[in-house]
Amino acid sequence: MAVLEVNNLKKSFDRTEVLKDISFSLEKGEVLSIIGSSGSGKTTLLRCLNFLERAEKGTIAVNGKEIFNGENLKKTPESVIRENRLHFGLVFQSFNLFPQYTVLQNITLAPTLLKRGTPEEIEEKAKSLIARVGLTEKTDFYPCQLSGGQQQRVAIARALALTPDVLCFDEPTSALDPELTGEVLKVIRDLKNGDCTMIVVTHEMEFAKSVSDKIMFMADGVIEEMGTPEEVFGNPKSEKTRAFLNSSLEQF
Amino acid sequence: MDQFLRVTGNLLEGFGMTLQIFAITLAFALPLGLIISFGSMSKFPPLRWLVKTFVWIIRGTPLMLQLIVIYYGPGLAAKWAQSLGSSFFLIDWIASWTLMERFTAVAVSFVINYACYFSEIYRGGIESISKGQYEAGQVLGMTKTQIFFKVVLLQVVKRIIPPMSNEIITLVKDTSLARTIAVYEVIWQAQAFIKRDGLLWPLFYTAVFYLVFSGILTLLFNYIEKKMSYFRS
Repeated sequence: MAVLEVNNLKKSFDRTEVLKDISFSLEKGEVLSIIGSSGSGKTTLLRCLNFLERAEKGTIAVNGKEIFNGENLKKTPESVIRENRLHFGLVFQSFNLFPQYTVLQNITLAPTLLKRGTPEEIEEKAKSLIARVGLTEKTDFYPCQLSGGQQQRVAIARALALTPDVLCFDEPTSALDPELTGEVLKVIRDLKNGDCTMIVVTHEMEFAKSVSDKIMFMADGVIEEMGTPEEVFGNPKSEKTRAFLNSSLEQF
Repeated sequence: MDQFLRVTGNLLEGFGMTLQIFAITLAFALPLGLIISFGSMSKFPPLRWLVKTFVWIIRGTPLMLQLIVIYYGPGLAAKWAQSLGSSFFLIDWIASWTLMERFTAVAVSFVINYACYFSEIYRGGIESISKGQYEAGQVLGMTKTQIFFKVVLLQVVKRIIPPMSNEIITLVKDTSLARTIAVYEVIWQAQAFIKRDGLLWPLFYTAVFYLVFSGILTLLFNYIEKKMSYFRS
């Protein structure tokens, strides 16, 4: 059974349709990379999955259970949305760590507020996540004392602390200096081996090619092409995909 | 020497009143200002419009005038209402005050005035926090209240300390307006020496009290700023 099933998702801002009719599904442990030029709707799609934006039509189901339906958007109370949102985690382009908290506190804050166990259990889990992203010696540091790459790794650990079914990344390396992208991508790569289901919006074509099980190419609010990396990169069917891949290769 | 001690004693007594006005204003205006700032950021336009108009009136008129209106206003209004033949127990009660308790009038007008100024500082601070902080809290399943108190508030506090300390030091000196309705704060006490003994220097001497107190406050704010320098936002 698919861990995530999205059907006919539509979203517009004012009169501009940003997502036109998005349907796709994802199996457990799969990594999906979403590529496409800016303005194609990639980030909006992620934000709709995390309910930072509300799609006006379509459904989202996790593990076979419908958690969002555009039909009864207005009737859904805030508390239900908050509950359902926890099926997803989101790592932001600009990290958005809480500056006044240490690395450890950034990770324990939400589980503590959501009462996900005793303080000892929460701390123990947080510490193991910090170790997993390789920052044990930075446990008690504040975000301003860390590099961008380290901050992003903390943000990943913070999202994992709530054990989401699907972890989303919104251009996780775009705000980083080139020499720091590697450490973040390595962490994401390691998560894949840990059986984490992930959706990554990215401009890192090499990374998308090597890590993903599926590639989704978006253009103008629709899924222009979706398939395995070999299919999309090796033998793109759509003219738009080919044009996009050519122009992003030219940059190098 | 004897005279100096007597003057110091009286001025200290007056400064005690100054400190009371200062403390009460802060104690009530700090939380009230936060509530007003929420009103001025409300998503419900009539409320936002109402609060903004109120803030405009309070910030747009002199505190001294507000003090006089609050001191004399209710009694005058009640007497006028009685003269029109209305007799409602509340109106009779207000008319019977003749004059409101002076200190109450000072406290009410100072609290309202400073709450409006604080509300604008809070609003600036709250609106300067990036959307990403709220969104990070949201995707971690926090409620709006949790996001405000656990994530945003301390960052706001850090950002508003410089403008707040400015405003609070202004408050120290604004307390001298209380003498307009004969509340015996330190300037009033000093002026009494002019009238009673023809002594001018006690008035100059009051500056020492103000300077010492605002000096202590400045040190305190520096300390708080330093305490919060462990994070950057």
